[in-house]
Amino acid sequence: MRDLKTPQEPIGWDGKTLKAMLTESEDLFTETGRYGGIRELKIKASDPILYEKIFSKMRGGLVNARETAMNVSASPIVKEIGELCFALYTPEGDSIALSTGIIVHVHTMSDAIKYMIRQDFEENPGIAPGDIYINNDPLVGDVHNGDVQTLVPIFWEREIIGWAGGVTHVIDVGALTPGSVPVGPTHRFEDGIDCPVLKCGARDTLFRDHELRCEKATRTPMFWKLDERARIAGCHMIRRTVEDIINEVGIETYKGFIREVIEEGRRSFLNRMKEMTIPGRYRAPAFTEYSFSAETRLPRRARVDKLMHGPLEITIHGDGTFELSFEGADAWGWHSMNCTPSAMQGAIWVLLSQTVIPNDKVNDGAYLATRNNFPLGSWTNPGVSTVSTGISWFFLIPGFTGLFRSLGRAFQARGYIEEVLAGYGLTANCFQGGGIDQFNRESATTNFELSCVGTGAGIVRDGLDFASAMWNPEGDMGDVEVWELIEPFLYLGRRIKPNTAGPGKFRGGSGFESLRMCWNTPYYELQNINVGKVFASAGIFGGYPNSAGYRRNLHQTNILERVKDQLPYPVRDGDPADSEILRLVNGQRVMSDKLTTTLPELFEEGDLYLSVLNGGTGAGDPIEREPGRIEDDLNGNYLMPQYAESIYGAFVEEHNGRYGVDPVKTRERRQTIREKRRKESVPVREWMVSEREKIQSGAFIKPIRAMYRSSMATSERWAREFRDFWNLADDFEMGE
Amino acid sequence: MVAEYSKKEIEDLIDGKLPFSMMHKMLSSFKDPSRFDTYLEILQDRVSWDDLILLPYGLHLYIVKKPDGQRIVKCDCGHEFGSYQENWKLEASIRVRKTDDELQEIYPAMMHCDPEWMELREYFCPGCWSLLEVEAVPPGYPVVFDFLPDLETFYQQWLGRQIP
Repeated sequence: MRDLKTPQEPIGWDGKTLKAMLTESEDLFTETGRYGGIRELKIKASDPILYEKIFSKMRGGLVNARETAMNVSASPIVKEIGELCFALYTPEGDSIALSTGIIVHVHTMSDAIKYMIRQDFEENPGIAPGDIYINNDPLVGDVHNGDVQTLVPIFWEREIIGWAGGVTHVIDVGALTPGSVPVGPTHRFEDGIDCPVLKCGARDTLFRDHELRCEKATRTPMFWKLDERARIAGCHMIRRTVEDIINEVGIETYKGFIREVIEEGRRSFLNRMKEMTIPGRYRAPAFTEYSFSAETRLPRRARVDKLMHGPLEITIHGDGTFELSFEGADAWGWHSMNCTPSAMQGAIWVLLSQTVIPNDKVNDGAYLATRNNFPLGSWTNPGVSTVSTGISWFFLIPGFTGLFRSLGRAFQARGYIEEVLAGYGLTANCFQGGGIDQFNRESATTNFELSCVGTGAGIVRDGLDFASAMWNPEGDMGDVEVWELIEPFLYLGRRIKPNTAGPGKFRGGSGFESLRMCWNTPYYELQNINVGKVFASAGIFGGYPNSAGYRRNLHQTNILERVKDQLPYPVRDGDPADSEILRLVNGQRVMSDKLTTTLPELFEEGDLYLSVLNGGTGAGDPIEREPGRIEDDLNGNYLMPQYAESIYGAFVEEHNGRYGVDPVKTRERRQTIREKRRKESVPVREWMVSEREKIQSGAFIKPIRAMYRSSMATSERWAREFRDFWNLADDFEMGE
Repeated sequence: MVAEYSKKEIEDLIDGKLPFSMMHKMLSSFKDPSRFDTYLEILQDRVSWDDLILLPYGLHLYIVKKPDGQRIVKCDCGHEFGSYQENWKLEASIRVRKTDDELQEIYPAMMHCDPEWMELREYFCPGCWSLLEVEAVPPGYPVVFDFLPDLETFYQQWLGRQIP
């Protein structure tokens, strides 16, 4: 271990400190607009085979590290769902290559490394071969606290030549409320285990004090410890890969390569934008909500009903630069859904890598080709060090749905219609909680079947049913038996949920529902986390949003008596207006409402919990949907028959339990629908006159007035545009 | 390898007739640089009017060049919305779903938004009554201008030719 009183020899290249290297790299980029100031990709030009070989070895090493680490972990979130990823960085913290998985974190770990450099970690605590660092602070570089990172420096002789980074989504982060995406914290001090980049090991060994501290700070210490070992194992495998590459090609080639490949990534991104999109301005606002005004368990300042405003705007410039702005986003708040710039940057990454750059050669070069505006003081950039970020995803996911839609407009205009997506489903409901499990142990869970919601529709195909998460394109819902191992709740059923898909000429992917029964526990608390009062995303080109969430939980039920008497029991809710749960089970307390984001509620044996997982948004006018597709929806239970006419104008006939759609009569009905549209609509400019009067009188509910007030206070530009659009006085303010 | 597809293949793609295996290949492969022109040609063949399509602008809309040189948004039914630099929605017809009953024509009870928090705005073409866009926004939200393309930059800098 190093004596901190003795100055350390610089660990950077050519006798420089890491900080000097970072400053030099940033100055070069500012001066030249090119990474490392590189004009020519010399290695690529002189020996393209070697160049590709080095990259393939790196990429292979990273994917291999992820696949191996997955099996070191025991948490179903990592092992079953694959919520982890690895990346390799330059000494200054710029990503060179990454594995598959939750690649949202490629730039968040970059932020964490740069933070260490700027905070003089080279001096104290010192950076040496064999060191291990941990980070889960979104203000430093992360999305939310439940994503825990391990960072390992890689040395060659006396110089640092890079960093290996790995991240896993832990199952419990020790926050005020159980799980990994806690709803309930109102500031940082309740977000759980707090590691704003800490040295947690040396000589390839974890510090015992760190391990003991974490063991006592989470409800699931075994999962935490194995997750940490999984990350370390992966990082050490990456280090070995890098050493092997250097042994083969030499250190100077390696150093040159890592600069070139990032510059190539930057150029490729710009070219890709020019190849696939249209320059111009795109706008796609989104919203989400929670209702805590009556929640007496929260501090008074946090008891509000909130509508979040995510006014996403994209500008694609002539040189291919991608600029993203949230100008007009409303203010941060006393809740755990605030985001940091690092989190926002992570979201851009994970979405661009699924759309514009869906290839393996992705690195921080793409980051260097993007610009962003996250207004200070808004939920996108609170600028407050004590802000809570436990479930940043709750704002982040709806906030970014417009990125897919906007790129979809660009792809359609360019003719690449196979690439269009009408947004994505919010990954919810989240079944999350903690208590005493069936093995009589303190436990907690975040059930990651939510990583399989419906995708947005395309304009040449329907969305994929229960398929993926915007944050993990390789989503997997996990086997029910695995979740039952760690949750004292039996699955009574997991079924397709009809009408969750957003309607359209092409519908969104369908969601599903899981009905759980509390079993074999003296005490367990669960939350609902979803959006119920608003639609979290719009559709595109005439498609509708996917359905909104609802809560249907029954307490103190008679289901155990029914089982004893061998009477039918529910396996789903089905049509909420004709609920299978309510038809078959009586509960003393029935929570059936649109309060879809709640604090933990106590569940006891025989209580029922319904988890409705969202579908994706639709594309195109529903009355243009092919009759055959409607038949498939009806016979597959994706669509309730009573909606086939009102949504799609379909003439449905039933024969022996099978549905058919008559194309001729359907054509006639659709003509009637067009006539109805004509009669029931008005010219937009006419409608605007009456809307203006509502705005002037502030005839909206309190959360909406608060949202407008907040956005107008946060952004002068947004306030001006709002007033201009509605032709309001220059000093117009939305009333309290 | 740069991909190339026939006009027939792109037509099948537009019509949803392309086998999934082929579409999967399209998604996974490098893009075909000639796609924009092929797509434009197919769309131009399919509309009944003669104005030149400059840019596809949704499933029914196009930015076209009028004989007098104006660039406007036009529906495939022939209805014209005005300059592409203004939001075409302002010249459309609108129906707003803002009650439970109206929302329940599309969504089951419990599965739609609370109309006090959000409304669905349906924008129709006043010529053919096709549903062109649906906005999901809180009451009082300005009409969203979804996409304002930079046509000059696109044609001159990206395609390397003068805008027609």
